[in-house]
Amino acid sequence: MTIEGWLQIALFCLIVTLIVKPLGGYMTRVFDGKRTLLSPVLGPLELGLYRLAGVDARREQGWVAYGTSMLLFSLAGFLLLYALMRLQAVLPFNPAGQTAVEPSLAFNTAMSFVTNTNWQSYVPETTMSYLVQMAGLTVHNFVSAATGMALALALVRGFARRSASGIGNFWVDLVRATLYVLLPVSAVVTLFFVWQGMPQNLAAYTEATTLEGAKQIVAQGPVASQETIKMLGTNGGGFFNANSAHPFENPNALTNLVQMVLIFAIAAALTNVFGRMVGDERQGWAVFAVMGVLFLGGVLVTYWAEAAGNPAFARLGLEGGNMEGKEVRFGIALSALFATVTTAASCGAVNAMHDSFTALGGLVPLFNIQLGEIVYGGVGSGLYGMLLFAIVSVFVAGLMVGRTPEYLGKKIEAREVKMAMLAILVLPLSILGFTAVATVVDAGLAGPANQGPHGFSEILYAYTSGTGNNGSAFAGISANTLFYNTTIGLAMFVGRFLMIVPMLAIAGSLAAKKIVPASAGTFPTHGPVFVGLVVGVILIVGGLTFFPALALGPLAEHFAMRAGTLF
Amino acid sequence: MVKEIRPAVVMILLMTVLTGLAYPLAMTGLAQLVFPHQANGSLIEKDGKVIGSALIGQNFSGPGYFHGRPSATSDTDPNDSTKTVPSPYNAANSSGSNAGPTAKALIERVKEEVEKLKAENPGARVPIDLVTTSGSGLDPDISPEAALFQVPRVARERKLDEAPVRQLVQQYTEGRLFALIGEPRVNVLRLNMALDGLKAR
Repeated sequence: MTIEGWLQIALFCLIVTLIVKPLGGYMTRVFDGKRTLLSPVLGPLELGLYRLAGVDARREQGWVAYGTSMLLFSLAGFLLLYALMRLQAVLPFNPAGQTAVEPSLAFNTAMSFVTNTNWQSYVPETTMSYLVQMAGLTVHNFVSAATGMALALALVRGFARRSASGIGNFWVDLVRATLYVLLPVSAVVTLFFVWQGMPQNLAAYTEATTLEGAKQIVAQGPVASQETIKMLGTNGGGFFNANSAHPFENPNALTNLVQMVLIFAIAAALTNVFGRMVGDERQGWAVFAVMGVLFLGGVLVTYWAEAAGNPAFARLGLEGGNMEGKEVRFGIALSALFATVTTAASCGAVNAMHDSFTALGGLVPLFNIQLGEIVYGGVGSGLYGMLLFAIVSVFVAGLMVGRTPEYLGKKIEAREVKMAMLAILVLPLSILGFTAVATVVDAGLAGPANQGPHGFSEILYAYTSGTGNNGSAFAGISANTLFYNTTIGLAMFVGRFLMIVPMLAIAGSLAAKKIVPASAGTFPTHGPVFVGLVVGVILIVGGLTFFPALALGPLAEHFAMRAGTLF
Repeated sequence: MVKEIRPAVVMILLMTVLTGLAYPLAMTGLAQLVFPHQANGSLIEKDGKVIGSALIGQNFSGPGYFHGRPSATSDTDPNDSTKTVPSPYNAANSSGSNAGPTAKALIERVKEEVEKLKAENPGARVPIDLVTTSGSGLDPDISPEAALFQVPRVARERKLDEAPVRQLVQQYTEGRLFALIGEPRVNVLRLNMALDGLKAR
């Protein structure tokens, strides 16, 4: 580990912290339906969208209607994207002549992008036409992120409102998130990225004759416009196979820094939106602090493990940390930081190959996703995931003192705790269930590229990433098969929608409750005790649930690595 | 429920037009206007012919050039389309090795590379980036140490003194941005182009 490495990590943390308040303030205005700086330009467009879609923007929806709208919208998006991939051969913007995407892969990919996972079983530059990349994948980069923000807002309104039946209007939240937050930021940052070297064209792949006279085909495309929203919307699906390790997707350390900030920006700022909407910004900062503690712990372990390197390399007289699968321009520190950021949030973009990380360096990304990606988390999904843990935490605190738990003036009762636990249990059920199946059937065992415990880790990571809607991978696994495309596709569906429904039910039941005035017996939820309690609940729930699986994979591999055992 | 179907269908179509066509196409037009060189892939031309991209590494194998890092990219086997064959720096199929830290194949490959390099420059410590594959398989850079390590071989092959070659490496070493962000690096393609110029002088 180096001073420069830590300084860069500190700089990143500083920038994210500074963004929280201004962006949070702006987003609060957007989601409260107030006028913003951009209203004169975007207002008419917004109204036009409502009119064409037949949406009454003033109508409030209850949690069932809100959820139904969200599910129908996701279904429509899924079907359209599936059709686009199947038909790409006969559609325009296809200079590389890509053929129709095979059905199980099209199913997997459509599910992947609709659920904000962006798991990629395919090699983009040899599979997808520019039309699919733009009108299919880029669209879902926007709307799946906007959907996540809408859902988080619905839950926040549940806390903020009293004796209300509505939790907002899904269509309005979706449109405003896209128009006022995602699009303007994307447009500006896209130009910055192009300036820094990212391609943005519709040209055919370039044929170059190298200095040594060999032929080199260089893949091209509208990279920058997709790259921006891939990060800002915590999507993570690369324009190219190597994702943000590809020099065209991440040309230098500055674009790398901006990409990491984009990943965290909205999720971090949403904690402030939460605070503002419930009328006490300290509540938001407490949530931010919980996330920060868990994040820094993850960075510390990953950076330490990667800088310490692979003992097998050291035996060959090599020094300087584990550079396998990493790019020179990012080095150890920025690769370790990126890996922690992308899995703490549900982004899944990678600037180094997680599969080649050391055992413990690879454990942290895995564990981050298994905790539910609540450490800042996905756009929206991070906040609602974290609030579910907050509900469980106040319940635990309530049990300790024998008092009905309250959070932000709302009584937390049996219904909320049951729903929160349902949502939280979806994750281990899908991750461990699918992993167990894949490790006993032949079709599953055919997947891993590595032998020994690392092979198991590849399978575990695949279902963890799918269920957690992350999208990063221990990418050695051959996942483009009927078995993996189908099961990971199902895991993505389960991880997204089966978590959302109980979460919305909580939003609905909270919104209907009265506010209980704080008294001397109220457990304060903005102080360090609460922060510590939530961190503890998260680690115990996450740790206990996944420890056995982690012991079989990365932990076993760590001891094998130290002992010099190879597979 | 039925009345929610119309907004669902219409909204996804509208969003497709807005974020899937208008946004990327407008960005493409703007980028082509303002930053045409970068927007088209930072291509480098020599005598009117494209020799590559400044951002994409190339497979240098001749002893008279500086070499980039090992690359794990592959290509379809021309004899059997269901198989792949190694094809270093294939810029139409980016990929890392995805070999785990306890993979026998990885350690054996690295060991082989280390021995080869030790024979080439005995006594010097082998830089780790010169024996490990990059994440993309297209890494355009090597560390300054990795470039300096190759100076004796390159100078010997080109019948040059080591000093001007070493100076060239230093000239083409890019430091951290604002002395803080990123890692020091040397772009191999640019360095080798300059090296060809050195020969001409």
